[in-house]
Amino acid sequence: MFTGFMTNAWLVGTIVAIVAGVVGFFIVLRGSAFVADAVPQGAFAGAAGASLIGINTLIGLAAAALLGALGIGWLSRRGRRDVATALALVVLLGLGALFLSFSTEYAPEIYALLFGEVLGVSTSEVLPIAVLAAVSVAAIAALYRPLLLSSVMPELAEARGVRPARVEMLFLVVVALATSMTLPVVGALLIFSLMIGPPAAARSVTSKPLPAVALSAAIAVVVVWASIAAAYDTNWPVGFFVGAFGAVCYAAGRGWAALRGRQPARPGGWRGAGEHEVPAANVRV
Amino acid sequence: MTRPAAGPRGDAPRDTGEPDTGELLQVDGVSLWLSGRKILDDVSFSLGPGEFAGLIGSNGAGKTTLLRVILGLQAPSAGTVRIAGQPRTRRGSLIGYVPQKILLDPDMPLRARDLVSLGLDGQRLGIPLPSARRRRLVDEMLQAVGADRFGDTRVGLLSGGEQQRVLIAHALISRPRLLLLDEPLANLDIASEQDVVELLGRVAREQQIAVLISAHDMNPLLPFMDRIVYMAAGRAASGTTAEVVRPEVLSSLYGQHVDVIRVHDRILVVAGRGAGLAAVEAAPAAAPLPGHADLPPAHLAEGA
Amino acid sequence: MLHAIFEPGFFSSGPVHVALAAGGVVALVSGIVGSFTVIRGQSYAGHALADISVTGGSASFLVGISPLWGFVGVGVLAAGVMDMIGIQRPRGRDLATGIVRGAGLGLAALFLYWDTTHSDVTGATITILFGSLFTISSSILPAIVGLSVAAVAIVAVLYRPLLLSTVAADLAAARGIRVRLVGLACLVAIALAVSLSAMTIGTILSTALLIGPAAIGLRLSSRPGLAMAWAAAAGLAATWLGVLLAYDSFYWPPAQHGWPVSFFVVTLIFLGYVAVQGITTRVRRG
Repeated sequence: MFTGFMTNAWLVGTIVAIVAGVVGFFIVLRGSAFVADAVPQGAFAGAAGASLIGINTLIGLAAAALLGALGIGWLSRRGRRDVATALALVVLLGLGALFLSFSTEYAPEIYALLFGEVLGVSTSEVLPIAVLAAVSVAAIAALYRPLLLSSVMPELAEARGVRPARVEMLFLVVVALATSMTLPVVGALLIFSLMIGPPAAARSVTSKPLPAVALSAAIAVVVVWASIAAAYDTNWPVGFFVGAFGAVCYAAGRGWAALRGRQPARPGGWRGAGEHEVPAANVRV
Repeated sequence: MTRPAAGPRGDAPRDTGEPDTGELLQVDGVSLWLSGRKILDDVSFSLGPGEFAGLIGSNGAGKTTLLRVILGLQAPSAGTVRIAGQPRTRRGSLIGYVPQKILLDPDMPLRARDLVSLGLDGQRLGIPLPSARRRRLVDEMLQAVGADRFGDTRVGLLSGGEQQRVLIAHALISRPRLLLLDEPLANLDIASEQDVVELLGRVAREQQIAVLISAHDMNPLLPFMDRIVYMAAGRAASGTTAEVVRPEVLSSLYGQHVDVIRVHDRILVVAGRGAGLAAVEAAPAAAPLPGHADLPPAHLAEGA
Repeated sequence: MLHAIFEPGFFSSGPVHVALAAGGVVALVSGIVGSFTVIRGQSYAGHALADISVTGGSASFLVGISPLWGFVGVGVLAAGVMDMIGIQRPRGRDLATGIVRGAGLGLAALFLYWDTTHSDVTGATITILFGSLFTISSSILPAIVGLSVAAVAIVAVLYRPLLLSTVAADLAAARGIRVRLVGLACLVAIALAVSLSAMTIGTILSTALLIGPAAIGLRLSSRPGLAMAWAAAAGLAATWLGVLLAYDSFYWPPAQHGWPVSFFVVTLIFLGYVAVQGITTRVRRG
């Protein structure tokens, strides 16, 4: 399984996994799982539109992903974030349905775009994917500190001159880029499993931010390798294995955290539990 | 913009007709209208290096808004804010800020020392390279606030008070000239209140930093407070406790009769009973608010 | 002029009647249940349940049962799983939702794959994912109505405890309300509503009708009952107008099979939301 047409799948799969792990770390940190889910789905609509007009699917993906991400950002300014995400998502999907209704031959491609197709990566696509990946990771590296600070405590970031709203928009753009290039191998519906399962596991294992990002990427790579191998063996869709292994990662992370007996933060004194505790009069969680 | 400071504005008399360039924080006539409501009404006070001031007022008095104006997050409708003589637009690392916030996620992969480390340069692009100098600075700061015990613990696992120590370290590590804290005492027990006030008093004196703490109860701050800025309904009176916490001053601030009761070394401010309109007229509303000597005291009850 | 709006045969067409009826019922239910979904911040869960019920739909092809029970059964089951892994706690809720959705969709992928290789159901993917209001047989209308009534009934019976536990959980618990149980019941109601809509009008519309009209209603009124009424009305209007436009579009270019209903309804809801947002923001600014 390591020769010929499979080489592309392994190569692209690895690249995709690294990007998913890195970007996914921040998605999990910011609690934006819905956004991470919505953008690729919207991007799928773009792919449909692109194939209709005959331009490169990747460009259509990127354009729709950007449109979706920025749309979410724009709508969130005026309303709730989750409502904005849902609406932006369905609009893009509605457009996708429209484009699909115009074209005639669609069923197999749609399946591949949605659920992933191991063999669906052509050699000509490897380079653009690699470039997009490099750009995404570089952007995350550049934004690392402001992104970390504004994800953890926006008030602190604000006080330092960082504008959380701007950082959010930039991050959404990176998410759009990252998802638009991960669609070919893993599929639109399941890329986000890759973006949230491995990071969820990584953050349970290590408490240091930078190592957690690296571990996130590493776990994602393992998941993708395992999924590709399994898909090759059984002929079942790659997406199924990604979804399953992603869930396993998440469960493993939760299990590890439970084993370590982690208690959530409790309100109260400066001395913490164990030293003389004065019960707080006005405790607010 | 200079104001002739005829009334008492602190311990030492100031020169009139000269800009107070020696002051670290200068708030001059700051007013703010939002959605048709006057949130801040001509607030003026100043703070020098090493001074410890309490921004006292109940919820809704405008304390957090004022802090945001000082931080530069909110532009005032009128008036200016100067930090070390520079107008508000230049932020830099002159101000440290400790928000009233608690992190509740036990899985968040960020240790106390990581959060403090972000205080050095959390707004800069790129990934921080680990260096011995950085680590030493973080260790020193953790020790200074008494957080070295849990420096390697996840922030989400710390208690509220412990997190606050870390946030103070985060704010102090970049050596600010001014430190703002938003209701740091709100969720602490009495012993911890004393701990944090003591630490902040020490920091103010030793580092010659101006410290401004917002609180709804001035009593825990009394031992260390050099200056008080008392806010009610968007208006403020500043000066020493003796100058500001008086029935006449507070009554004109609140727009209704207010009593000040001292019990041992505690101060209680209570709303007057049954006096109504008569008390407002009888209260010497003619007494100028400290810091507002040249302001006609007439239009007091309106606003908010 | 009327002729231009209502293309010939609209009112007499059988499929149109079914579409209006089924679509109308689904829109009403989604508007009501959706209001609680949005208030409780469970929009993602609503969306996820719609997609997961697709898993049920694809499984039903394999097992040979009616798609309706596949959708509904798996949807309710997924609601239970979500509740179990703690979706009701705000922290980490989205993460848990996403993981369940990912796993569920992975299963859907598998089932669909088996469907297409083991049976000759062409276009099954599209049908399940996008649904088609015009191809429902009228025989399942009674079932749709029945389940919709069930979903609304749950919400109606639990109206006050649900509202209280959403807005002030501690207060509700202090009054003896089983907050967890009430939350689970609400989630089941949501699952019922979305699996019905996913099956009849597709997963896209399911989410759109759940969230969009509810968001509009909440913008227009701060009273829950009135907001729900607005939501139901908005959803109904968008759906019926969408059906009309879809029917009319048979005569539009390019292809002679019309534009999809889902596109029209979604666009109408989106435009409505943006319009309401704009108007109310202007009003609030004074």
